[in-house]
Amino acid sequence: MSDYQTIVGLEVHVQLATKSKLFCGCPNRFGADPNTQVCPVCLGLPGSLPVINAEAVRLAVMTGVALDCTIPAYTKWDRKQYFYPDLPKGYQTSQFDLPITEHGALAIACDEQEPRTIRITRAHLEEDAGKSLHDESGAGGDTVIDLNRAGTPLLEIVSEPDLRSAAEAKAYLTELKLILGPEYLGVSDCNMQEGSLRVDANVNLHIDDPKKLGKSIATPIVEIKNLNSFRAVERAIEYEAQRQWRDWQETGRRIGEAPKQTRGWDDNAGKTIPQREKEESADYRYFPCPDLAPVLNPGLEVERVRLAMPELPAALRLRLVTDHGLSAYDADVLVNQGREVVDYFLTVAAESGDAKLAANWVTQHVLRVMNADGKSLEEVGLPPERLAGMIAKLTAGDLPSPRSREVFELMIADDLDTDAAMAKLGIAAVDESELVAICRELLLANPRVVADVEAGKQQAVGALIGQAKKRNPNADPGRVREICLELIAKGV
Amino acid sequence: MADLTPLSAAKQRSLLDTGEVTSVELTQAHLDRITAVDDRVGAFLKVTGERALAQAAAIDKRRAAGESLGPLAGLPVAVKDVLCDEGEIVTCASRMLEHFRAPYDATVIAKLKAADAVLIGRTNMDEFAMGGSTENSAFQPTHNPWDLARSPGGSSGGSAAAVAACEAPLAIGTDTGGSIRQPAALCGVVGMKPTYGRVSRYGLVAFASSLDQVGPFARTVEDVALLYDAIAGHCDRDSTSANLEAKPTAPVVNEPLKGLRVGVVPEHYAEGLDPEVKAAIDAGVERYRDLGAEIVEVHLPHAAHGIATYYVIAPSEASSNLARYDGVHYGHRTDETAMHAELAAERKAAAETGDKAAIKKIDTALVRLYRKSRTEGFGPEVQRRIMLGVYALSEGYADAYYVKALQVRRLIRQDYDQAFEKVDVILGPTTPAPAFKLGELTDDPLSMYLLDLYTVSANLAGLPAISVPCGMSKSGLPIGLQLMAPPLEEERLLRAARMHEDAFGTAPLATL
Repeated sequence: MSDYQTIVGLEVHVQLATKSKLFCGCPNRFGADPNTQVCPVCLGLPGSLPVINAEAVRLAVMTGVALDCTIPAYTKWDRKQYFYPDLPKGYQTSQFDLPITEHGALAIACDEQEPRTIRITRAHLEEDAGKSLHDESGAGGDTVIDLNRAGTPLLEIVSEPDLRSAAEAKAYLTELKLILGPEYLGVSDCNMQEGSLRVDANVNLHIDDPKKLGKSIATPIVEIKNLNSFRAVERAIEYEAQRQWRDWQETGRRIGEAPKQTRGWDDNAGKTIPQREKEESADYRYFPCPDLAPVLNPGLEVERVRLAMPELPAALRLRLVTDHGLSAYDADVLVNQGREVVDYFLTVAAESGDAKLAANWVTQHVLRVMNADGKSLEEVGLPPERLAGMIAKLTAGDLPSPRSREVFELMIADDLDTDAAMAKLGIAAVDESELVAICRELLLANPRVVADVEAGKQQAVGALIGQAKKRNPNADPGRVREICLELIAKGV
Repeated sequence: MADLTPLSAAKQRSLLDTGEVTSVELTQAHLDRITAVDDRVGAFLKVTGERALAQAAAIDKRRAAGESLGPLAGLPVAVKDVLCDEGEIVTCASRMLEHFRAPYDATVIAKLKAADAVLIGRTNMDEFAMGGSTENSAFQPTHNPWDLARSPGGSSGGSAAAVAACEAPLAIGTDTGGSIRQPAALCGVVGMKPTYGRVSRYGLVAFASSLDQVGPFARTVEDVALLYDAIAGHCDRDSTSANLEAKPTAPVVNEPLKGLRVGVVPEHYAEGLDPEVKAAIDAGVERYRDLGAEIVEVHLPHAAHGIATYYVIAPSEASSNLARYDGVHYGHRTDETAMHAELAAERKAAAETGDKAAIKKIDTALVRLYRKSRTEGFGPEVQRRIMLGVYALSEGYADAYYVKALQVRRLIRQDYDQAFEKVDVILGPTTPAPAFKLGELTDDPLSMYLLDLYTVSANLAGLPAISVPCGMSKSGLPIGLQLMAPPLEEERLLRAARMHEDAFGTAPLATL
């Protein structure tokens, strides 16, 4: 099926994690009783006026900087006008032609391919509408309106149609969520269930010209709504690509020959369903909001945000690979866990002096405990210095590697440092001379083993390892094996 | 006691200060006056007598206790029914908001309360401040106290008439294209539109946000200064509010300006200027000359485009500002039972013809709710302006109308900037003619719009402007003289106006 290319552009709405709404002092909070987080301004009562929330502007600028956008010195507010019951003013205060940030880019890595840059058209600020709660019992009850959400700050991040598959769309969203969410910038909760991250996908196909004249043919663009999870985004794009391919084969309709269609994703049925088509394209009659002064973002302030910007995932991954010698995979695993885990790793690596071993322990064991028990790093209760201490003992040979997992578990379970855990487990480093003595004794008691080894069957030594561990449980099997072979070579 | 109501607010305040009258007595005198004349004048939509007397009594008590009181302590103030006053109905003279009770105070109302004013009642206006005659009120016309067959002007006609008829010494109006100055001129009182951004718009029900401004009415310039001082100043809730201290003007309003340069504009003597008005303005110019002012001719080349520009920008903003009155959240909602029956009948009729296209064309219940609620709730002038504004902002037309109007607006502002390099104030007529008869222009919206010829430019340019009485027509109607000043120069404007008042005197009182 290499006859077509799937073309995807995403519109992502993130709700900014400000204390108050975009234009009034009401709390920006999810889950309160209906119509309790409201005031004359967000209710759009006669005479009320908006006042811009400076924190929302700051978070938008931060996002713009993180997404490599330009931040124009001048941005303004426009009214997007339409009638709907959950839009109390009859218009949404948004940004039309001069968004607060534009022309950005986000690098994504997908399926171990070379990273690709997805261009970001713009990210603009706007206020959210309220919620219409329809009677879904079928009894024809009244629709009721909850305006708690009205006026909460949204940043709409629009990508260019640069994504080429459902998997790329998912990779884009995952990276965007990682950057903006609590793990890094914290400009948004990015919680899809609570609606603080919402995705619409624009999908069409570029079909290879069957006459091979070089130019591909584009199918009509479809906007998919009602995407409630990243998985839904992936499935919907995959479904839609196949549906458009079938549609093209049946109708041959190209872009421009049918109006832009909006389809909703039905997760249970696993398909997109046409939503009511607008008979004519909506005229929102955008015009500059006369109640709000334009926002000025002088270069100096943008620079201040830039300087205060935390290290972002892409830069962090690169640093872990180049400065700490981690594999791309390990770097990705650590960075995707968030800054806290990365910092934890960096401390373990620095204190233990072995970054690779530190990465192994953090990605394999610490994350396992976190994931198994649903714990935060702090709740795991293993300070990085303790883990570093254990790794240092391990590399110094003071802690026999086979028993390290036991020590690790006990350090967590009993809140102990490495020494205390080893003492409790009776683990002590075995003196080399003691080990040699044990090996010599065993070889003398087992001439058959010696004979086998001398006959070239080195694996025969394995029979002695268990016996060595009986005499001293801390005996390192590898070392026992080495000593035995050396002794046999020297003629015991 | 002699009649208190014809006295100026300053005089009334001094009687209160000396204890010769109480605020309750003063308030009662005005309530009595309202009872005596307002059935003929129709200035008030609602008289809040009980509340006013309670406020007055509380102020008297505090005065007796020696407490310090606000600058308007005990003085009755009438307020145009377009500013939110917590717990009171705010109709905007519209069926749409006939029962709308404001849950909060406009900043101006809060400031009046803080200044210890006695809020005596809510005055009539053109619906949503759209009009120049107060005939667009959904509830009643207001009559000009000088000739009850004539209009008081508008849209703040109720406030102007209340002051002219001595129903209140002070009143609040709003001015989007002349709605304070034009009725002040037609009623023979003083009315000022401050600089855009000088007085908070928070709680002022918006008509055209970039043009609306709240301002004072009184019978003397000094009283206008007193009321202006009480309401001016920065407001955190209004992003378009000037972030500057508004210095009190009342203490200096009686000081004449030395070396005043008064600009006169040939473009003001346009076709259609009533000869009697022209003569009165010329006399006003001579008064300034006699006071030692220098008279300088200045040009406002884009003034001729003021009306066209205004009647694109104001309706555009209005169409957006009034979108919220949709019958869903508050305000008038159509009778839903009747609406559903109507829709069912239409569907049945269409089904009988079998015309599928016709069935599809029938409104959804939601669209019909909007359509009927708004058609029933808004009067014809409001509907006309909404349609004008929607058209001017529509895709394909916005560049030719709205965007072009914004460009001309900048040119008009530039004209003034250049003129004010040469002069301190600009003088001209407030209106082309004295008060017209009620009903005379109701079928001719264009002529009605042209009455704003001299006033809209100050709104478009954001300038402070004032209208003061400057003469009477032969038929006994007041004529107003308008002065304009550069932005934020209210003090200069008031002092210049006071100089004219000193030479000419205040208008005589209308006899009712």
